[in-house]
Amino acid sequence: MNTDDFIAIAPLLTLAGGATVLMLQIAFLRSVRLTGALAFLSLLAAAYASACASSVAPAQVTPLLQADHFALLFSALFCLAGAATTGLSMDYIRHHGDEPEEYFLLLLLATMGACVLAYAQHLASLLLGLELLSISLYALIAYPNKSVLPLEAATKYLVLSGAASATLLFGFALLYAATGTLEFGELGQQLEQSEMGAGLMMVGAAMVFAGIAFKLSLVPFHLWTPDVYNGAPAPITGFLASVGKAAVFVALLRLFLDADLFRYRILIELTGLMAILSMIAGNLLALLQTNIKRMLAYSSIAHVGYLLIVLLVVISGDDKAFATEAAAYYLIAYTATTIAAFGLLTMISAHFVEREQVQLQQVSGLFWHHPLLAGLMLVAMLSLAGIPMTAGFIAKFYIVSAAVSGSNWALLIALVIGSGIGIYYYLRVVYYMTRRPEENNSAVDVLTSWRTRALSCTLIVVILLLGTVPQSLMEYLRSIL
Amino acid sequence: MSLHLLILLPLLGGVLAWQSERLNPNLPRWISLAVTVATLGVLLNIAANLGESSSGEWLLHSKGDWIPRFGISLELGMDGLSLLLLALTLLLGLIAIASSWEEIDFKPGLFQANLLWTLAGVCGVFLALDLFLFFLFWEVMLIPMYLLIAIWGHESRSYAAMKFFIFTQFSGLLMLLSIVVLAYQGFLANGSWSFSYGDLLALDLDGRMGMLTMLGFFLAFTVKLPGFPFHTWLPDAHTQAPTAGSVLLAGILLKTGAYGLLRFAIPLFPQASIQFAPVAMALGVAGIVYGAILAFAQSDFKRLVAYSSVSHMGFVLLGLYAFNNLALQGAIMQMVAHGVSTAALFMMAGALQHRLHTRDMRQMGGLWHNAPRMGACAMFFALASLGLPGMGNFVAEFLVLAGLFSVAPWTTALAALGLITAAVYSLWMMQQAFQGKPDEQRQMADFGTREMTTMGLMMLALLWLGLYPQPVFDLTQPVLDSLHRLMPETTQLAALIPRGSTL
Repeated sequence: MNTDDFIAIAPLLTLAGGATVLMLQIAFLRSVRLTGALAFLSLLAAAYASACASSVAPAQVTPLLQADHFALLFSALFCLAGAATTGLSMDYIRHHGDEPEEYFLLLLLATMGACVLAYAQHLASLLLGLELLSISLYALIAYPNKSVLPLEAATKYLVLSGAASATLLFGFALLYAATGTLEFGELGQQLEQSEMGAGLMMVGAAMVFAGIAFKLSLVPFHLWTPDVYNGAPAPITGFLASVGKAAVFVALLRLFLDADLFRYRILIELTGLMAILSMIAGNLLALLQTNIKRMLAYSSIAHVGYLLIVLLVVISGDDKAFATEAAAYYLIAYTATTIAAFGLLTMISAHFVEREQVQLQQVSGLFWHHPLLAGLMLVAMLSLAGIPMTAGFIAKFYIVSAAVSGSNWALLIALVIGSGIGIYYYLRVVYYMTRRPEENNSAVDVLTSWRTRALSCTLIVVILLLGTVPQSLMEYLRSIL
Repeated sequence: MSLHLLILLPLLGGVLAWQSERLNPNLPRWISLAVTVATLGVLLNIAANLGESSSGEWLLHSKGDWIPRFGISLELGMDGLSLLLLALTLLLGLIAIASSWEEIDFKPGLFQANLLWTLAGVCGVFLALDLFLFFLFWEVMLIPMYLLIAIWGHESRSYAAMKFFIFTQFSGLLMLLSIVVLAYQGFLANGSWSFSYGDLLALDLDGRMGMLTMLGFFLAFTVKLPGFPFHTWLPDAHTQAPTAGSVLLAGILLKTGAYGLLRFAIPLFPQASIQFAPVAMALGVAGIVYGAILAFAQSDFKRLVAYSSVSHMGFVLLGLYAFNNLALQGAIMQMVAHGVSTAALFMMAGALQHRLHTRDMRQMGGLWHNAPRMGACAMFFALASLGLPGMGNFVAEFLVLAGLFSVAPWTTALAALGLITAAVYSLWMMQQAFQGKPDEQRQMADFGTREMTTMGLMMLALLWLGLYPQPVFDLTQPVLDSLHRLMPETTQLAALIPRGSTL
């Protein structure tokens, strides 16, 4: 390995270094503030490193990692999202009696797992990244270990996610048996010439897809999502819903594109069916929730359903670069929006007994007590609903354009119906927030500090900028694809 | 630049009005008034200097890059139709501010801000010539309107606001789909994306694809219009909205639907529109008759006016799809006249509710005795709404029927029923609320100077439209001429009266 290789994987090295420093610091001096600040700085440094690394990209570092612009863009995104989560967690976790320093360490490791997924172009690194992400998340979900809900959530996630990983591994094994290689690109070439029965390989591809679909919580593998989202600490739910999904989707995109696993007609049809089911079921179930976290959980199912449309366009359409561009934009917009949406929930006061159970009732009138936080939630909801001027609209516009260019009419109809339903429950949150003061008496306390206020402002600005002046990001995405 | 000012002034003025509440709760409405007057001044200034700067089809046109990746630009343009509707928008904006002058106690700053933002959005809709930009304004103007209903509305505001938003958003999604399909056809034809009106106009989408794409636009616009059977959001939204909200909704927001049909749905898809015209006309007639019957059945003052809007907007749909010059002029005239007369009736309803705390006409009666000035005003606008000759509404409905007769005589006969039913429900409303035995115990204030001024302004406007409508026709004739050029030769586009001659 030469210097360029080290620069190319600098983000991963920075994160690993940061994790080591954090571990040492915790061993010698326990201080939440310091740990939090260090974690925040390491994540920012890693994001900066990603920007620097683009000078040497694209580079192949060992057979495992591919440091191209796409990988670097997403590792920067994941680091920034991790930094935002760290910022949001500071106040949340400080009121958590016990010594919570390891929380930040785990967050750093989870982000590193996500970045490895962005770099992965080998089944081994894909699995490494995925497990690093998932195992950190098990611990993070169970972190407020004094209550039942987080433990239940973590156990559920652990067992089901373990089963999904096993399925994934079995799929890898079948593919390896057929081709004798684990590298994405080579896998594709070998599958072409393989002499083994197509049925077996198809089963392998299907198992891989099922394992990933579980992590993305696509219908019908979505059953864990609401419970886990509901039980996990709010900042972690935000991280899981944004980075956790985006990283897996990036890996999925690469694997299925490079290895061309969608050569099997039936797999494409199944994916289309899953996309439609996710969009419709996710939105319909979200409609029935009064708990905001559960509602967001179901809405995230729907959003991954929208993203699958792009995947299908990539496979069937002629213009792969355009569809990938659409997916990348959607992921960026979705990550920013999701973190913003969970931002408010993290700030619900620590004194509030059942703080993971924020009901719609409890945000009522928020607009008049805490205009900034309500503004954050408003922007996030409008963006999720895909109203113009927000990031979510441009993202949806991309998806619609991609789907039109691929002529996927059935998917488009599901998208329109799904978003139509979505408007109702997103808007309901807005409605509750704008209720007049005299109508509500169950509003919660909200804890704010300069950190959360600064973060809220940043997120609002980012979402609005992505929605109003998207040209430079579009051009950049286009140039790297 | 002056076109941008028309959008930016209310937008920034809204922010100013919102923040000024901290200084003094009376300040927002003055700021709001000043901003609207200033915007109107800009518009008048534009109108006064038109002769020199007109370039081709557009009286004023400006274009700047926004998202070149998709060929999306900040393209604004004004022609006679936009000018007319912008004037109506700002005038009714003034009326809305006046009608909310004393009604709003809760967060007056935010209220005025939402009012101004709605105006900014509507101005954007009337000016945007890039379909992406148009869609942006189309959707964004709903949010302040939603907040107006949801925060300052009456008893069941949450239901009404939600219904309004979902109806318009869902149909908006279909329009977005159509816009993208259209632009993608352009991409296939020219190799580059463009959402510019001029570029898309050159595309010739026909057959099944053209029809489906046209339907996306048509649905979005008819929901807003509202055309039968997509009108069910309207009575709820109008009834629950605060007075200023109802004025804006009825006066302006409904017109964006009609404007969209005239500007986009018909010119972009001439072939499909002609095929679809019988259905559209049938919907128009159904709206006229059904709206009128329902209006007659209401006991709620605002609901009655709301259903009468459904009936009157049916004439617009009829006029637009008759594809002849008389009917089109009539439809445009109806947009303006209905805007003014309905705004006045909603203001009347708001004033009654403010004084009596009810909208139920069964609890009114004999109000003329208590408040003669209100009674006279109500009488005037009720007569205007039923189409009394001499006022704008008569000119509009007469022209639509006269134009339509050469195309579809039987449809015309059915639609003419609307004139009779309008007389029934308008007079019924007058009788219930203002005549009959007065309640001796009732104390209510009559209209003051502020209210009489606004009412007088609207009376003048209606009389002017009714007695001397020629300037309006002259203003919009070039727009219709360019529409005629786009339509295929075979249709009955030949106007009854030769173009250019006076009507």
